[in-house]
Amino acid sequence: MVKIIFIDPQEVRHEVEAEEGMTVMEAAVQHMVPGIDADCGGACACATCHVYVAPEWAEKIAGILERSETEEDMLDFAFDVRENSRLSCQIKVEAAMDGLTVRVPEQQG
Amino acid sequence: MAARPDSEALIVGAGPVGLFSVFELGMAGVAARVADILPRAGGQCVELYPDKPIYDIPAIPEISGGALAERLLAQAAPFDPQFHFNEAAQTLSGDVENGFVVGFASGLEVAAKVVVVAAGGGLIAPKKPPLKELPAFEDKSVFFAVRDPELFNGQRIVVVGGGDSALDWAIELAPQAASLTLLHRREEFRAAAASVAKMRAMVEAGAMDFRLGQIRGLKGENGRLDAVVAAHGGETFEIAADACLMFFGLAGRIGPIADWGLKMKGPLIEVDTAAFETSRPGVFAIGDVCTYPGKLKLILSGFHEAALMARKAVRYVRPGEHHRFEHSTSSAILHEKLRR
Ligand SMILES: Cc1cc2nc3c(=O)[nH]c(=O)nc-3n(C[C@H](O)[C@H](O)[C@H](O)COP(=O)(O)OP(=O)(O)OC[C@H]3O[C@@H](n4cnc5c(N)ncnc54)[C@H](O)[C@@H]3O)c2cc1C
Ligand code: FES
Repeated sequence: MVKIIFIDPQEVRHEVEAEEGMTVMEAAVQHMVPGIDADCGGACACATCHVYVAPEWAEKIAGILERSETEEDMLDFAFDVRENSRLSCQIKVEAAMDGLTVRVPEQQG
Repeated sequence: MAARPDSEALIVGAGPVGLFSVFELGMAGVAARVADILPRAGGQCVELYPDKPIYDIPAIPEISGGALAERLLAQAAPFDPQFHFNEAAQTLSGDVENGFVVGFASGLEVAAKVVVVAAGGGLIAPKKPPLKELPAFEDKSVFFAVRDPELFNGQRIVVVGGGDSALDWAIELAPQAASLTLLHRREEFRAAAASVAKMRAMVEAGAMDFRLGQIRGLKGENGRLDAVVAAHGGETFEIAADACLMFFGLAGRIGPIADWGLKMKGPLIEVDTAAFETSRPGVFAIGDVCTYPGKLKLILSGFHEAALMARKAVRYVRPGEHHRFEHSTSSAILHEKLRR
């Protein structure tokens, strides 16, 4: 099990257990983390699973901020996109991500 | 009081799954009405990707979203479904013994023996940025769709976004505008290449401006816009404007169905996988709106759910009758309908 921490806009921490291979979005939805809407079910077609990766994790895990072209396109439909923005359905959980912290934006859509 | 339309089954949502339900219910001998808040059938396939090819419909190697909706309508046609478009389902009352009544925002009420919720992604509407001041300007000087292009003649317009809607409107409105600025977060655009080329040529010719940035706020008074506040790379700036159009795509929300007393998991309706029935007997949920262990939001899953739903629905609609399982190749009901 890999621990993923979501911090919502009210600064509330949601710690959830995820399995390797699932996506960060799936971990959130399974545990009903507020603010991860994931309308399209992980197809990279809705941009309602937007998160900000905590800066320390951006350094710890190489490539965690790498976005595919489709993801980059989809992010046009998200608000306040930053360098550390990701669509959480496009982040695969790995063992090395134990403790990964992401912030949930104020609003997805 | 106006006569209340009566039906054996009422399907809420005319997306692909709602449409196929008409066929499956029809094969089981159940007549259906279909209601949708939109003015046309097709759900996400027609609203979100009418021209995109779908490759995973069994036996159809490739079909666009729009064409799929057309074919589903044609397949349902022999069963003569009654459509209620521009109708948003709001309330559900009654039970399976005495019949259900679904109330709509317009005041319309439809009585039904069973209700099939095929509301998919829910009420599809433009996504709106989380700006505190937005409600004060919305529909006065800030818009998420263009109804009357003439309204923008002679105005200073800011168009936000990088997709087809943003570029199409920027290109169309720029000639009549006092000024037009396209605001987008990056140099690349997801819009069609031809539109991007046209936009760049217009920028080159001074017919419109392009600014890199993301929207941060709106300035003005009494709903009248003075400026759009934007930021890029740590720098905040203002663009003087009378009107702002924003295009962040569409998103769905379940809406009033969440208050129908059905057991939910977040915004999704929990169902059993034997009949796709909700916690309220006689009320079914199929397609993207339902959830169960292993659920996939795919059209093909919705079709399967519709078939099983119909087997159980007919038992409520015609209790006491013997219901035989039939193939479409030999279904007497279907063949009679097709002969007509
Ligand atoms: C870009 C994109 C690409 C996709 N590609 C594929 C693919 O290749 N293959 C695949 O299988 N799937 C694909 N999908 C997913 C597929 O479109 C959905 O699974 C499918 O549309 C679900 O159908 P549905 O009928 O359950 O719901 P929807 O299509 O969402 O339709 C629901 C309908 O219900 C209506 N409604 C909702 N609430 C109410 C209410 N209260 N009152 C009245 N009407 C209401 C809505 O207006 C809508 O018309 C894609 C989705 C997207 C966004
Ligand atoms: S869940 Fe839709 S883009 Fe991630």
